[in-house]
Amino acid sequence: MSDKQNKQIQRQVAKLSIVVVAMFAFVFVVMVPLYNLFCEVTGLNGKTGGPYQAEQVVVDESRTIRVQMISMNNEEMPWQFGPEVTEVFVHPGEQVQVNYLATNPTGKEMVAQAVPSVLPFRASSYFHKTECFCFNQQTLAAGESIEMPLVFIVDPEVPDNVSTITLSYTIFDVSPARASVGAK
Amino acid sequence: MGEHHGPAKGITRWLYTTNHKDIGSMYLWFSFAMFLLGGMFALVIRAELFQPGLQLVDPGFFNQMTTMHGLVMVFGAVMPAFVGLANWLIPMMVGAPDMALPRMNNWSFWILPFAFAMMVATLFMDGGGPNFGWTFYAPLSTTYAPPSVTFFIFAVHIMGASSIMGAINIIATILNMRAPGMTLMKMPLFVWTWLITAYLLIAVMPVLAGVVTMMLFDIHFGTAFFDARGGGDPVLFQHIFWFFGHPEVYIMILPAFGIVSAIIPTFARKPLFGYASMVYATASIAILSFIVWAHHMFTVGIPVAGELFFMYATMLIAVPTGVKVFNWITTMFRGSITFETPMLFSIAFVILFTIGGLSGLMLAIAPADFQYHDTYFVVAHFHYVLVPGAIFSIFAAVYYWLPKWCGHYVDEALGKTHFWLSFIGLNITFFPMHFVGLAGMPRRIPDYALQFADFNQISTIGAFIFGFSQVFFLFVVVKTIRNGKKATAKVWDSAEGLEWTVDSPAPYHTFTTPPKV
Repeated sequence: MSDKQNKQIQRQVAKLSIVVVAMFAFVFVVMVPLYNLFCEVTGLNGKTGGPYQAEQVVVDESRTIRVQMISMNNEEMPWQFGPEVTEVFVHPGEQVQVNYLATNPTGKEMVAQAVPSVLPFRASSYFHKTECFCFNQQTLAAGESIEMPLVFIVDPEVPDNVSTITLSYTIFDVSPARASVGAK
Repeated sequence: MGEHHGPAKGITRWLYTTNHKDIGSMYLWFSFAMFLLGGMFALVIRAELFQPGLQLVDPGFFNQMTTMHGLVMVFGAVMPAFVGLANWLIPMMVGAPDMALPRMNNWSFWILPFAFAMMVATLFMDGGGPNFGWTFYAPLSTTYAPPSVTFFIFAVHIMGASSIMGAINIIATILNMRAPGMTLMKMPLFVWTWLITAYLLIAVMPVLAGVVTMMLFDIHFGTAFFDARGGGDPVLFQHIFWFFGHPEVYIMILPAFGIVSAIIPTFARKPLFGYASMVYATASIAILSFIVWAHHMFTVGIPVAGELFFMYATMLIAVPTGVKVFNWITTMFRGSITFETPMLFSIAFVILFTIGGLSGLMLAIAPADFQYHDTYFVVAHFHYVLVPGAIFSIFAAVYYWLPKWCGHYVDEALGKTHFWLSFIGLNITFFPMHFVGLAGMPRRIPDYALQFADFNQISTIGAFIFGFSQVFFLFVVVKTIRNGKKATAKVWDSAEGLEWTVDSPAPYHTFTTPPKV
């Protein structure tokens, strides 16, 4: 093999190795953020945004939207968890407060994280939460109960064909003793 | 290059070898061992499914069998077999003395047995081996995985590293070591398809490594890429996995296209029809493979626009694939065809791969896929493209080039017996799966409703025929290597290509001075 050919091969291998490293990095630095961005923009999987700064908007009295609230316990999460009322009727633009109730019936302190999801997907980017218990983890001592507020606004821009929005919370046990999986 | 010398003696010949022919042989033998192992796992599955109800194995072990069957066949049997063929053939086809990076070649082979030893060892660990399907969807493979999953992750890392090194080696060989006059558009199609496959490997094996690394972090280091409790999303796993997984299925079929494109012209005694269109079709398939991944996950909840995009993009792949099928048929048209064993396997490839392609088109129809998803129809589809596709092409290649490798012709009667047993066995096994699938039998479940019993019994009988005919294949190959009619250099009357200009068996070193093309 000539030196020239050796050089060429070395250069080729260097280039291909860069591609390999770049593709590995691509998964972490491009695919994951891109997927999250994509979900945020399209409302895919009902993901909702973070805390929302309320703006002065005109309340659209001409429309009424039914907001249903449901809750689920992940796996064997023992808490009693659910909304105070299961549905409210709101006008787009109106700021509304509802409460979720949680009780830790066990004999030990536990930490929970609630994760929201909105249906239909096309409504999720119009469902804004100005205050939500899901922004933080909740710690309850043995036997303790808590009333957790949620303040939301349905954006007046919400598509005309949305008349019902279903807000679902799944509560996860994230107590340090139980899970190695941390929260964001 | 110094004086010619033969191989070293004893075990060190194989441990230290940098010879592309030795390494190619080791890859092929390793792949065949994995093929038998994966086949045994499949027979456990088929034996359990012979009757409804739970007979032989418990459901947990059944899950491990479906998982290990898939993993061993994909990463242990099909991929190493193609790399083995590439090692043997590419240097001889382009007129190079060896691969561009012979020592890395040795390493990329020798890490494979360790990877698979580790993976198979998980079956004997506490909690059993991987039981989450070969696609290892999170959270089955993270939150709910057996403790042995960490060994599985490292095994995938190692086999990924092996594939990446193999691919780099192949690209470096093809682009830098061709004999003078061997322009890109004069290369045999097997070389072309492997060049494109190698680029696919380099693009997506790091993605596989990435996704298993994310699993590792979720399991051991407290991240939550795929865990909703920490803000992650299990659907993200599927997107990343299939971004690797779809190009992967072409990695397993493009070299097969190259093989039959070499064999059909030889036995039709006509040059390949549409060489350039074959090259462009292969490249188109490779490019399209990056934008169709979500057709594996139509049912996860994708917006309609997404379903439509992935549906049409998937159907678009039928165009270049159709070009290839028509080219093979046109090559045979009015040829003076003879039906030696490699040709039989190649013709069966064209017919049965097309059947598999058509059921793929059915699955591509997003609304219909909601019915087919996760049923035996999917199992029938991908076994039709992988068994008579990838596996038959490998058989065809072995029968076609074995006289060149060992210097003896295969006994045609034995080869044809193997062909017909395999052909009949595989159709009995997989054809009824279309019916039970359309009727709604779910995949990966050890028990099933009574009405599926007849077809499942037929499938199981076929599976045992197919399985044992591969033991017969081993006998045929060993017999041919030991003795047989002496092969000429040319081997086949109308074979074209540089590999037929060297003696049979091919000398240990070939083309130490580049041939004239």
